[in-house]
Amino acid sequence: MPDFVQLWVYLASTPLFGLAATLATYVLVHAAYDGLGRAPWANPVLWSVVAIAVILVATRTPYPTYFAGAQFVHVLLGPAVVALAWPLWLRRAELRRRGVALVTAALAGGAAAAGSAVALGALLGLPADVLRSLAPKSVTAPVAMGIAERLGGVPALAAVMAVLTGMVGALSARYLFNALGIRSWAVRGFALGTASHGLGAARALQVDADAGAYAGIALGLQVLLGSLLMPLVGHWLAGP
Amino acid sequence: MNLLRGLALLLLLQAAGESLTHAFDLPLPGPVIGLVLLLIALRSAFVRATVVDAAEGLLAHLSLLFVPVGVGVITHLDVLASYGLRLMAVVVLSTWIGMAVTAWVLARLLGAAAPEEGRGA
Repeated sequence: MPDFVQLWVYLASTPLFGLAATLATYVLVHAAYDGLGRAPWANPVLWSVVAIAVILVATRTPYPTYFAGAQFVHVLLGPAVVALAWPLWLRRAELRRRGVALVTAALAGGAAAAGSAVALGALLGLPADVLRSLAPKSVTAPVAMGIAERLGGVPALAAVMAVLTGMVGALSARYLFNALGIRSWAVRGFALGTASHGLGAARALQVDADAGAYAGIALGLQVLLGSLLMPLVGHWLAGP
Repeated sequence: MNLLRGLALLLLLQAAGESLTHAFDLPLPGPVIGLVLLLIALRSAFVRATVVDAAEGLLAHLSLLFVPVGVGVITHLDVLASYGLRLMAVVVLSTWIGMAVTAWVLARLLGAAAPEEGRGA
């Protein structure tokens, strides 16, 4: 069937392939996620990434070819970060009232996540550029790339680490919070958004409106604190 | 139409943020400056009406937007092959530590204020 092969080669080389593969896979996987009662392990991002990665590796399609189409989804991360102002605005009264507690918790949690990642990584003998790419992993992927660049890490690796972190949080938060006896939806959502940014917030939103709103606040705070403080701390650690 | 107007406004704010970051060499990424600008602009009822549909639409499908970056994992299969297990251990443990510390600190600071119950998320 040479015609089919030629058709595939043609289709796979147009941006249409990457865009269609991303949307179609996500829609299918999300339907399965809904069908499975939104179980944490059925996370739609995890399985979309796995499915598309397998297709690309199996068909020997290079990532840039895929990204030529997928970039149309990817660029929306920018306006999505800007849009985070919306949930912050909606909760502005609560933010003002609980502001000090929330910022303190965001600072402590963000520092614990980044600090423990770098410390554990150094302990396990990971190279310096990988450590610098690990530090901003609790900040949402597009911003983590910018921070990693300033720290001297690898932006693309930082983005992958951020997405992995988001998946780990979205998959395991329920069990961790239940084990720790944390019951407040606000606290659960805020902790999930702090450590696991957008993917954690997306998961929190699917489970409870309160948890989702607090996860959105945490995500926004982590973006602001991470991009302001991490380059400063990195600069200070690197020494004069 | 409102969706397009909102998206246009979000993109313009991001562009304004990128310009400010480059012009003044700010430590914040462009979209973050855009977030701050929007937070200020939301005082206007016109801006709120313009941006609401696009903002809610984008945030409702936030997880889809991470898929292209996530697939980028295939370009780092060599790093994963050499450090995969160690990286996974670091990512899992530090994420749990981050969540536990945040939850602990926030729960202490908020006290036993609200008796809400949750077993999900």
